[in-house]
Amino acid sequence: MTSKSASDKPVGVVGAGHFGTVIANILAKHRDVLLYARDEKSVEKMLETRENKGHKLSRSIQPTSDLAGLAAQCDVIFPIVPSAHFREMMKKLAPHLHPYHILIHGTKGFDLKLPKGQTIETVETLNRKEVLTMSEVIREESVVVRVGCLAGPNLSAELSQRQPSATVVASPFQEVIQTGKRLLRNNRFQVYENTDLVGVEMAGVLKNIIAIASGCLSGLGYGENAKGLLISRGAVEMVYLGRILGGNTKAFLGVAGIGDLVATCNSPNSRNFTVGYRLAKGESLAAILDDMQEVAEGVNTVRIVKKCADYYKARPLITDTLYKVLFEGMAVQDALDYLMRYPLNVEIDFV
Amino acid sequence: MEILEEKKNKNIGYKPILEGIPEWPVYQLSKNRKEFLEEVTQKTIEQIRILRPSRKQLLEELETTVFREQNRIKRNRWRVDPKDDAKFWMRVKNDLIELANKPAEEASKKEDELLYEIVHRYAKEISGTFKPRSYKFAREVIKFWFRRLLNGARVKKFGAIFRSQYTLQDKIHIVGKVKMLRRLAKKGTVVMVPTHFSNLDSILIGWVIHSLGLPAFIYGAGLNLFNISIFAYFMNSLGAYKVDRRKKNLPYLETLKMYSNLAIQKGAHSLFFPGGTRSRSGQLEKQLKLGLLSTAIEAQRNLYLESDAPDTRKIFVVPVTLNYHFVLEAPDLIEDYLQVKGQDRYFAEEDNYGSFQLIKFMFKFFTKGSNISVSIGPGLDVMGNFVDDEGNSLDSSGRVINTREYFMTNGVVTVDKQRENEYTRMLSSRIVSEYHRINRVFASHLVAFIAFEMWLRRYPRLDLFGFLRLPEEELEIPYDEFREVFKKVRKEIYRLEENGRVHYASHLKGDADLVIRRGLENVGIFHLKRPLLRNRQGNIITQDLNVLYYYHNRLLGYDLEKCIG
Repeated sequence: MTSKSASDKPVGVVGAGHFGTVIANILAKHRDVLLYARDEKSVEKMLETRENKGHKLSRSIQPTSDLAGLAAQCDVIFPIVPSAHFREMMKKLAPHLHPYHILIHGTKGFDLKLPKGQTIETVETLNRKEVLTMSEVIREESVVVRVGCLAGPNLSAELSQRQPSATVVASPFQEVIQTGKRLLRNNRFQVYENTDLVGVEMAGVLKNIIAIASGCLSGLGYGENAKGLLISRGAVEMVYLGRILGGNTKAFLGVAGIGDLVATCNSPNSRNFTVGYRLAKGESLAAILDDMQEVAEGVNTVRIVKKCADYYKARPLITDTLYKVLFEGMAVQDALDYLMRYPLNVEIDFV
Repeated sequence: MEILEEKKNKNIGYKPILEGIPEWPVYQLSKNRKEFLEEVTQKTIEQIRILRPSRKQLLEELETTVFREQNRIKRNRWRVDPKDDAKFWMRVKNDLIELANKPAEEASKKEDELLYEIVHRYAKEISGTFKPRSYKFAREVIKFWFRRLLNGARVKKFGAIFRSQYTLQDKIHIVGKVKMLRRLAKKGTVVMVPTHFSNLDSILIGWVIHSLGLPAFIYGAGLNLFNISIFAYFMNSLGAYKVDRRKKNLPYLETLKMYSNLAIQKGAHSLFFPGGTRSRSGQLEKQLKLGLLSTAIEAQRNLYLESDAPDTRKIFVVPVTLNYHFVLEAPDLIEDYLQVKGQDRYFAEEDNYGSFQLIKFMFKFFTKGSNISVSIGPGLDVMGNFVDDEGNSLDSSGRVINTREYFMTNGVVTVDKQRENEYTRMLSSRIVSEYHRINRVFASHLVAFIAFEMWLRRYPRLDLFGFLRLPEEELEIPYDEFREVFKKVRKEIYRLEENGRVHYASHLKGDADLVIRRGLENVGIFHLKRPLLRNRQGNIITQDLNVLYYYHNRLLGYDLEKCIG
């Protein structure tokens, strides 16, 4: 492990959810970290207990609710807030950012830019210009150009126990990749490089769809064969969708794609998985979302991707069916039967 | 035939922003030509050594260069090529062969000498020679003859040719951010990047720069233009440097980039066509050549590297679009385009012009020729941010930002080639989107676009090439139907303009019948076969589908297709 040098500027993490806190702890092995939370009370609580959401805070972490101060002190910032609040957060952060800043986000979701008065429920179709990845939001809202993302099989709970894992830092800029690598890497956390930023973001987002489906299968009580089937077909669907939305195939085959997919599809810890699981047990979507503390990105992703696929006249089978389950009241068992009866023959047509 | 009139031009004339020619950066550059070439040579060599660090790599590079140059001489010789070209490269080749038998130290010395010779030769070839006297002369000649021709044609009496009633300013409309351009040229160094549709662009833009009162720009012009002696004379005297697209070898490309880079650093306003070559398809440039563009970014970084001063000289990128009703070379360009794109699926028909026809075209073009408009875009910094009148870069919310900070890591300016390559790509896509924004829609573009799209929709089963092979006689659109669609698409253009996504010429407004008539009369006005006209029944027909396709392409990229049934 590299030692900290005192002269280095601290690194910022914006968003003190599970993942944000865990990443702050990883960063704290190399540098001082400023951890931003919107809510002053939770900052006070962190200061008092040195704990957040069940994760102990490293001594090098300083919680703060001062966004301007964070931007002034840190050249490198990791925004990790849910996609629904991402743009809002960027609007607040942007006035304090300069072109020398490096932003590496860890959010796996889409942002929507809809015509006035429209919402995701009312809009009929979406095209790619209206669906933005987080890096695109950063570029749109701020002057920062050196943007990257991290994605991979990174379940907060396991990272927090220092179990072995890996992530991908993706950016068109080598400078960003190398910075991310230097800051994140340790002997329990491997960091891979990728230059296809949008591809890696897509992989991270799209896998949430399959994770919900995987939860459904578990909820119905099926075993590993079914899961194997889902994961492999799910990966194919991700590539298919990714190509429509502008990532290349390679990103989906790496840790951010297959790696993250397998992890999330097997983990009861995953929020997306849980949504699927409880749906299969017969609960309603509204009820499930009601008592979840953090956001399950996948639910929104299904809705966005379905409408986007409609626009491009694509037919992503799993996503379409899941859409029916989530928003049109189809029973999980019926959805599965439908999928099993669907005539498909070509297995892989993209390599 | 009615010639389109735009609103009376406001640009009556601009005072020069710098009084005497001796103050012009381009003059300074050519006065110290020898030193400048030496500097270009030395720095290029440094750069090549970074790219090819080992002796072996360098040797290989030189061998490749010789091989390619000899190939070029064999296959593709031009009039402008130096007389001793073949001899020179033969000698270099022999020297390289001899190297193998020499002791290492001597060989490496000889290698350095060869590299120097090659780079210096290229630098000399590229460099322009700006001579104030011939600049002034060329300028006057152009002005004089344009004026004569204009008057001769407009007023249909022979004597009119000796009057000076009409000037170029009536003919060529300069619109857009003219004042800003003049201010920026005083504040910093301007890199102008126009779209490229016709060989006449080079001359036209030279005139535009002069008439805006700007000092002469150095500009990159295709070496092929220098084959034509009259062009060569004018271009040389207007400060052009030569870009030879046949030469793709590393030493040449590095020399060319260094030339542009250093000239910009020294404050010479500069102009090049970032599309690299004339748009073959008639479409606005979608992809730019990154080589020369990257020199603007490098030059800016070097300026920051050399000085910490907050008022370090800034470089401003100014996109410009040239809008014509008629592009002389359209039939040839689109032929080229279809051949490359379609390969074996497309069979070009032979269609050559005699030189008499060419001259006739030229004459018509400059005389009766419909108006040309030149849209000057807003100034951008090298990162593609808009700048204000003072040259400060602004972010999307109008906050002033410091361009220097894009080049900083841990508080200092750093050199990071990979980063700058990415910046170049970003700048390029910013320029492309500015082109689309400042592009001025002419009635002629619009009618061409609509007619072509309407016909295309009638044959959903045919691919583009199948469609283009249809006999022209089969194609006819009832006028009323055309008119309906025209109004719909025009409305969409208005909407786009409101959202700041395009501009349109003032003649586009008003009575639809009149605008359509103007469009039809002006689209490709002087081609032998008219791309669009009305038959006896008043319906829309075409005589040349390929050329229609060319003019149609100008409006691609605005999603206008969706407005057509």
